[in-house]
Formats: sequence, C-alpha cells, structure tokens
Amino acid sequence: MYKIVFKQKLNDLVTKIGVAAPEIASAAKAGQFVILRPFDDSERIPLTVHDCDADNGTVFVIYQKMGRTTMELDTLNEGESLCDIVGPLGNPTVTHGFKKVAVVGGGVGCAIAFPVAKDLKKNGAQVTCITGFRSSDLVILEKEFSQISDSFYLMTDDGSAGEHGLVTNKLEELILSGEKFDEVIAIGPIIMMKFVCELTKKYGVKTIISMNSIMVDGTGMCGGCRLTVDGETKFACVDGPDFDGHKVDFDECMRRSTFYKDFETREREKACRLLEGKI
Amino acid sequence: MSDLTLKNPMPSLDPKVRVHNFDEVALGYQAETAIKEAQRCLNCKHHPCVSKCPVGIAIPDFIAKIAKGEFEEAYKIIERASSLAAVCGRVCPQERQCESVCARGIKGESVGIGYLERFVADYHLKNLKNQVKKEMPGAKKVAVVGSGPAGLSCAGELAKRGYAVTVFEALHKAGGVLTYGIPEFRLPKSIVQSTVSQLENMGVTFKTNFVVGKTLPVDQLFEKGYQAVFIGTGAGLPIFMGIPGEALCGVYSANEYLTRINLMKAYQEDSKTPIQRGGTVAVVGGGNVAMDAARCALRLGAKKVYILYRRSEKELPARAEEVHHAKQEGIQFEFMCNPVEIIGDSNLNVTAIKCQKTELSQPDESGRRRPVPIEGSEYEIEVNAVIMALGTSPNPLIHRTTTGLDCDNRGRIIVTGNTTATTKKGVFAGGDTVTGAATVILAMGAGKQAAAEIDEYLSK
Repeated sequence: MYKIVFKQKLNDLVTKIGVAAPEIASAAKAGQFVILRPFDDSERIPLTVHDCDADNGTVFVIYQKMGRTTMELDTLNEGESLCDIVGPLGNPTVTHGFKKVAVVGGGVGCAIAFPVAKDLKKNGAQVTCITGFRSSDLVILEKEFSQISDSFYLMTDDGSAGEHGLVTNKLEELILSGEKFDEVIAIGPIIMMKFVCELTKKYGVKTIISMNSIMVDGTGMCGGCRLTVDGETKFACVDGPDFDGHKVDFDECMRRSTFYKDFETREREKACRLLEGKI
Repeated sequence: MSDLTLKNPMPSLDPKVRVHNFDEVALGYQAETAIKEAQRCLNCKHHPCVSKCPVGIAIPDFIAKIAKGEFEEAYKIIERASSLAAVCGRVCPQERQCESVCARGIKGESVGIGYLERFVADYHLKNLKNQVKKEMPGAKKVAVVGSGPAGLSCAGELAKRGYAVTVFEALHKAGGVLTYGIPEFRLPKSIVQSTVSQLENMGVTFKTNFVVGKTLPVDQLFEKGYQAVFIGTGAGLPIFMGIPGEALCGVYSANEYLTRINLMKAYQEDSKTPIQRGGTVAVVGGGNVAMDAARCALRLGAKKVYILYRRSEKELPARAEEVHHAKQEGIQFEFMCNPVEIIGDSNLNVTAIKCQKTELSQPDESGRRRPVPIEGSEYEIEVNAVIMALGTSPNPLIHRTTTGLDCDNRGRIIVTGNTTATTKKGVFAGGDTVTGAATVILAMGAGKQAAAEIDEYLSK
C-alpha cells in the first residue's frame, strides 16, 4: 500500500497528490510516468510524474477527473493509500545541451511540462513557457511557471485569463518576432501537439512531443500504446513517451485514443452515480 | 476390465456450456481414475519419459506411488525436480515430451503423465496444512527478476538450497505469463497464487510493482547486497505483421487482449476494464497464445471466431489438447491463410481482414515448411476485431539499462554455451528472454538450471 501524504485541489477538476513511494521518488526524472491503481479492482492508469521529493520519498502527480479511475482516485484523501503504484516508466525527457527552448503545455499536460521546463532551466537553457487552457477556472501552475521561466505566456481560449488565443498563436508570434528556439517541447492534448507540430514544421523548428497513450502494463508487454513514427511502429512506454513530433502520425493516435470512448463514457456515468451521487 | 491400451479420459466441461464461462475446462482425475491410469505404466527399464522431461522428473517413480495410493509421496518425488507441478500438469506439451516416447504409446495411447502430475499436485494443494513462513537469517541474497515460470522455478530451487531470494515483479500480481497470459479456463489463477504462496512459505520474498531497470537498475541490485541476479523477464514487445490497418480500433496484440482479460479481469461482467466483446473475431497465429485468445473471444460473446494460420494443421505449434478443445468449442480454423491487410470503416473501426491463400514449399530454418503466398488468391473475411498472436521479441528494458549485458541482434540476452551465465559477472538469464517465445516448461527448466549455476557461482 502506498500512502497519500499530500493532496491539494488545483481547480474544480485538477488535483495534485503526493504518494509515499521512496524507490520511485529517488529514480524518477522529468518526462517519466508512473502507473497506479487506486483500488484492487481499478484499472491501471498512466500518470506523468509532476515532481519528486527524494529526501522524503514522495512522488507527486497531477490528475484531472476525467474517467472512472481518476474519479476513484479522487475519493482517496490524505492519509489513505493507493493500492498500487509502479515506476518510473518511459524514458526521461532530454533537458541538457540546449541554449533556448520553448515549452508548450496544454491543460493538465502543464503538470508534465513544468518539471521539464524546470530541468531545462537548471541545465542552463533559456526557457520560454507558453501554457494554454480553455478558461480561467482551469488554469494551473501559473505561479510555478512564472518563477522558472525566462518568459512566460498564459493563454486562454476565451480570454478569461492571460492573453486571448491559442498556444500556437503565441508560439508563431514569437517565432515571427525573431526568437530562435533550438527546440520546442509540446505536452498536452493530441490535437494541440498536432497543431504545434504543423506550425513548427513550417518554420523548421525541431519539436518533441510527449505521448499519453492507452496502455496496460507500461513496460513493453501489451503493445496497446503503439503509434507510428516515421512509418515505423513504436511503443510509447519503452521507446517514448517523447517522440520527434514531426514524424508522429497524430491522426492515427487520435483515433486510437478514442477506441474505448463508449465504454469509458458508460463507466464514467456509473462512477458519477456511485461516487458523487449525481447525473 | 477396461482397455489398457487407452488413456483414461480426462473429464471436461461440456463445450456448449463452457463457451459461456471461464471455468476450468479439464476437471482433473478422481483418485480412483488416477490409480487406474497409474497402473497402466509399464515401468520400463529405460524410462524414456524422464529423458524427454525438460526438468527431469522421476516419472515412473511418482507414478508407482500413485498406483499404491500414496499421493503425497508421489508429490514429494515431483517436487524434487519441479516447484510448479500444478502448472505444468496443465500447460506442458506432454505429447511432444514425456508422453511422446512412452512405451504404452507404441501400441495404443501413452500413459496420461500430465494428467497424473496435475492430479498429484492438486491433491497436495488441497491437503496443504498451514505452513509457517521460513526465515533465512544470514543467508546470501539473490535477486530474481520476473515472477513467471523461469523466475518462480529459479526462486524455488534457490530457496531449497538455502538462499534468501527476492523476486521482483513489474506488475501488481506475481506469476508473469501464468497470471496475465494463460486464461482462467486453462490455468485457474488460484493455482498460480497457491504456487506463489508455497514459495513464500519456503522463504522467498515477492516484491510486486517493481521494474528492475527502471525502479532500480541491475547494477544497483548488487550495491543493495544481492550477490547474484537471475533475469527471467520473459516475452516482451508483441510482434505485428507490418501490414496496413494494424493501427485500426479493434486490432489487439494477444498480450494486450489476454492481459485485459486475465490480469485485469475483463472476463468478469462487472469489470471496469474495457475490452471489445461480441462480434466476429479473427486471431492470427497458431500457437497456444492464439488458441487462448480465440477461446477467450468466444467466451466474451463473439458470434464467430476464426484462427488464421499460414501453414497447415500439421504445423500448428499449439498443444494438441488446446487445438482439440478449440475445435470442440467451434473455433473456425483457416489454414494456409496469410493476412495482407486489415480494413476499416470511416470511423476507423475494423470491418474485415484481407487474406491470401498460401502453399507450402521447402522447410525453413525452423524445420517447418515455408508458406508461400499464392498470387491472386486474395479474399476478405468480415470481422470486428483482429488479435495478433505472432509471438514477441524480448523486453528491451533490462539490457538498455544494464552495463556489460550483451544481447544478440534480436534483443535476446546472450548466454555462454549451454549455461545460463550472461556476459555480466554474477548475472544469469533464462526463459523467453534468452530463447525467444517458447514454453512454460522450457523456461522452468532454465530457471532451475540457473539456480544450480548460481549456487555453484556463490559457493566458490
């Protein structure tokens, strides 16, 4: 059993938890993920590591209540325990050897973008962060990003916080204004990563994206997380989760991510009735 | 007097009933039948059966004990060679091993060695007294990576030799392929868990949710005081055919399909694990995994299930009993059939699989005749799901994170000669991670051999 030692609601949908898992806390690096199960009959879900406190043996993840398992996870409070957590899985994001990098985060993907940006900064890069949300009530980590970025831009679709517009609008504006990035790192919804890549391809800026695929074991056994990169089958869990965004077949990723949509919707409704007494 | 040339049949569930549930198909002998079957053993002088057993069980000896009704004694004889009798009695390809050379088989059917092994193991588990967990103070520490057949047998054998063994398992449950891969109706999970508990009682520690190579690299296991490491990480990345349409929704690797069903319990109706149910399903491949996937699909409500295999029935690598059960249950076999494309609708869900007929030419390096596609013989089969059961390539996690551990060009860990010693000092390996996808018993044999070699290495 793995005790939840910290829990903080970041907004209505998004929560940060710290879990006592000393071995993972000492091993995890930015860009890696864990797989956890709240209860013994829960699904295994991958969540990217947000932060680690190796001294105290705590792993932090940020989740958005989206489906049944994250709703189950949300019922657990500080002092209670997760049934399972395993990791760190996947390869760390490469964060050294850069002069200037733009980190683009979308929605809850910002939880993952943050440690990557922090590491880049620590390793001597000049870091520009652009985060995007639908509206002000969904904004997370604004203070954290502003503290570690050389320049930070907050975007919302409806203009209710930061600037009005999409992350791609800001990125294009910066590129056109003459900013020279060695690399762009984009982490967020597949559709956002796709559009970031279309943009950076146009301007010839190398772009790394982080896949959050459907997977079961996370160790290279099930093959559920496969995607096509440069015409070849790759596995997000052992070959990724980071890939060269200009070579990823995003349309294929999008349709694979919706495979279980009907099932998930049903399960979510069941969970709503059961766990929150609504719908 | 019954006909001594014939095996006492294994009682099994009615195929019409069992296709709707995941209960174990083969029900096991009763004591009376087991004794009768044991009496068929001729106890021939050269006992050829023993030489064909990958772990060298003293087969005629344990059968002689059964014939006398001394079942626990019989178990003790098997236990000397194998810590996984209840598993192997169910999943070994006996017809290609011990039973293939049984003298009874010359003029009739061989002795049901597998059935008898299972009977004895089940008897032992049923009559097991509460055991006290053995402590191992001061014993040398050995790490076993992976809790599948290779790891379990290595751990059991090392514990018997007085080592303090820790088994590291990446998933949340121990057992490896026995837990995530082989379905309940062929190998009940309670049997696997009893086997694990038995090892715990022998002093073995299991650490689940621990990915060696990620949570801790092999090199650091030595720093933590382990004096030797056995790698039995088994099968890894599923192999796909590389044909168009494999990314469509409804295409699974057998690993994923079976893991969802077995480990994640999608076979239970109220399970929270998503899986595609019903419809028409095509399974590509002809091994045990293909049979398991096909029979699972049927039990999840598929109206029709095809097995597409590119060679003929004679070359099917699956156990004879699995093929027999699959046919009884109504699985439709398409032999000499090679898929060339998976077709989807506008929502990108699978609607059909396009296949080509094949003919067999000269034997290839595996000794089996090579299938050659026949031009212009393409045809389509309407299906909603395709399950690829084509084998796996070894898991890359360990060798990518371990210094000095060499692999061949297919990612298999290289061992020295006929040993289990790798190119890294103190590190041994066995099972699928060395051989590529093979059987439970071969992995077990390798685990057992590794234990002996680790013992020798640490006794120097």
